[in-house]
Amino acid sequence: MKYIAELIIEPKPAAKDPEGETIKRDLMNKNGFAMVESVRSAKLLKITLEAKNENEARAIAEKMTNDLRLANPVAQNYSIVVRPSK
Amino acid sequence: MIAVIRFPGSNCDMDMVHALGDVLKRKVKLVWHREFKGGEFDVVVLPGGFTYGDHLRAGIIAAFSPAMKEVREMAKEGKPVLGVCNGFQILTETGMLPGSLLRNDGLNFVCKWIRLKKTGGRSLFARKVEDFVSVPIAHNEGRYFIDEKGLRELEQNDQIVFKYVDAGGNETYESNPNGSLSNIAGICNPEGNVMGMMPHPERACEEILGGKDGLKILEVLK
Repeated sequence: MKYIAELIIEPKPAAKDPEGETIKRDLMNKNGFAMVESVRSAKLLKITLEAKNENEARAIAEKMTNDLRLANPVAQNYSIVVRPSK
Repeated sequence: MIAVIRFPGSNCDMDMVHALGDVLKRKVKLVWHREFKGGEFDVVVLPGGFTYGDHLRAGIIAAFSPAMKEVREMAKEGKPVLGVCNGFQILTETGMLPGSLLRNDGLNFVCKWIRLKKTGGRSLFARKVEDFVSVPIAHNEGRYFIDEKGLRELEQNDQIVFKYVDAGGNETYESNPNGSLSNIAGICNPEGNVMGMMPHPERACEEILGGKDGLKILEVLK
């Protein structure tokens, strides 16, 4: 069965995110959305893969993320959302 | 014999070959990454550029190439390994050097001459370097980052080789071109034979290019 694993890679809280800060300050806050408190920019990899079930799809995505350093452990955190592909 | 490895997207490879071969008269060979065998060389240089289009993160795809396994072996044998700019990014992505290079603080590609202070004596590459050198930088992802524990280890082990400084030799906010932690421009491994630096010594090897300070860094390579 086909699944989509969405891997979200974002800077760790300790790593400054100038892109997110600029989007928040110069685009949102200055243009009518002063209520926005924080923006963190991230990268999303939408991965379609074959697996027996959702758990296996998640395990594969997890292993791949760690083995291939898709997220850099020094400076980035990641999260994975898995759903069946239509 | 010195190897300069060319990956898809390397673009400072010929400058490095010119600086080492034509200016410093070293025996140097430009090697396509698939043909690279560490046993054939005494020194390896990873030049600047945009390997594999900087996709995912600068240096990450080259870090997984078979050529980098060979480079890792050379480093273990104590042979000198130098990574410049994208080469530094590759070395951090392989884990051969600690930390990571993130997008510049100002979100701009920065291309200019900067002044470096030699801060570490451990790196073999800094042996001939006086206290200060002027060399160019040209990068988009040069903001050195590491956690607090990692920074302490770098300091304790004398692994920070170069820092960005102003004309008076002070580490200031203004003299830091990319937001690097502690103004770090280059570091080495604990053994001192592997060094990565964002600035380009190969672009500062002839007066006609604006200066020759880069030679002091490259001349230890034989």
